[in-house]
Amino acid sequence: MSERFVVVGGSLAGLRAVQAARKVGFTGPLTLVGGEEHLPYDRPPLSKEYLRAGEEGAADTTFRTEQELRGELDVELRMGTWATGLDPAAQVIGLSDGGELDYSAVVIATGARPRTLPDTEDLAGVHTLRTLDDAIAIRAAMDAGARTVVVGAGFIGSEVASSARKRGLPVTVLEALPVPLVRSVGEQMGRACAALHLAHGTDLRCGVKVTGLTAGDGRVTGVCLDDGTTVPADLVVVGTGVLPNTEWLAGSGIALHERDRGILSDATLATGLPGVYAAGDVTHFPNPLFDGLLMRLEHWTNAAEQGMLAARNALNPGEAKPSTAVPYFWSDWYDSRIQFVGIPQADEIRVISEELGEDKFLALYRRGERLTGCISIDRPAQIMKFRRMIMQSKSWAEALEFAGV
Amino acid sequence: MRIVVDRDKCTGLGMCEAEAPDLFEVQDDGTLKVLNDSPGAADREAAESAVMACPTEALSLVED
Repeated sequence: MSERFVVVGGSLAGLRAVQAARKVGFTGPLTLVGGEEHLPYDRPPLSKEYLRAGEEGAADTTFRTEQELRGELDVELRMGTWATGLDPAAQVIGLSDGGELDYSAVVIATGARPRTLPDTEDLAGVHTLRTLDDAIAIRAAMDAGARTVVVGAGFIGSEVASSARKRGLPVTVLEALPVPLVRSVGEQMGRACAALHLAHGTDLRCGVKVTGLTAGDGRVTGVCLDDGTTVPADLVVVGTGVLPNTEWLAGSGIALHERDRGILSDATLATGLPGVYAAGDVTHFPNPLFDGLLMRLEHWTNAAEQGMLAARNALNPGEAKPSTAVPYFWSDWYDSRIQFVGIPQADEIRVISEELGEDKFLALYRRGERLTGCISIDRPAQIMKFRRMIMQSKSWAEALEFAGV
Repeated sequence: MRIVVDRDKCTGLGMCEAEAPDLFEVQDDGTLKVLNDSPGAADREAAESAVMACPTEALSLVED
């Protein structure tokens, strides 16, 4: 039988998986399959620093050189190659170049792709932002002084809007919900986020639906709304969520979530197929730290941690450990940093900053009698203290006392 | 072993503090305070985890 360890997915989780495999002493053949042509690179800067104006060009965000990956880690790189199928009985992965890889263990880290607006594939000036190539195109449009319209006031869209405003470009953000992010962080935090847009001259329009685009000569010229108006645009960036990349697993028998077709793994990230584990944006897992609540996280830290853990567990299933991290993400809007730790599903959200009469936003989330989440704007010291309290399953009363209310 | 912070790269995201709270602490202004920049053998694993967890690759360990 093959001894090969295959990691499918060439971004952060995939990179951490191959690094972890070598770190725990795996010396067999190790293959990294990545759909993009690029070596693994860091995505968070793509909506932030990467879009900044500058003569010197954008900084390279590649994690490791080819020499480091091939030479030092002895990884066989199959970049620009998609996995097209997985046969658990034969233990073989099919590839887009017609090749096959047999395996003894696999980590699936194929991530997710952005939702798009229907029928806009061939229209110039309309983009999502996930890949380096997306960022290059958006940056070029901003360099040309594009009137920028962002569809979706979520984190990616809002970071793009922030970057465009820093360049002095006119920016409109269109949001279908009455308050941005209301479903993910709650109404008051959503309002605080909206205030950041307004304070920096971004035209935020909530409760509007995009009904279509106008175009001329194959380029987008505007975004049509359900109130009958059209917002002029040279650049449209769509940030309306993602879909897990699991179509290639059709017929493999792997369990998928009925809502979004993300993988369903157990707490150790095992998928149920022999030797096959999953990590990062592509997979749901029951987090023991939150009473087994099923979650699929689209966070940098989760991809990094699960990539490592999935590789360790795949190579040593007898001592597999659960994924128990406290979810953590950050988002940089204008000159502010939004940070969230824990989970947003709550019985109660208390806006601590309001109770204390303080300007910088701070809210705590309660589930049962426990502290389960914390969100803040520009409170970098406090957020990690609350993260620790969540990790230690501290009570709501302790959290309130620590917060000073 | 010595902990070195690249101040140009560090943005105070705090993952190091999450991994090794005895070694790192993010301050109110977002700067990082290294609580002990020459940790002993007992803290090596935590220090290595912190280096690995940093989203901006701002940390490194230098052998004395």
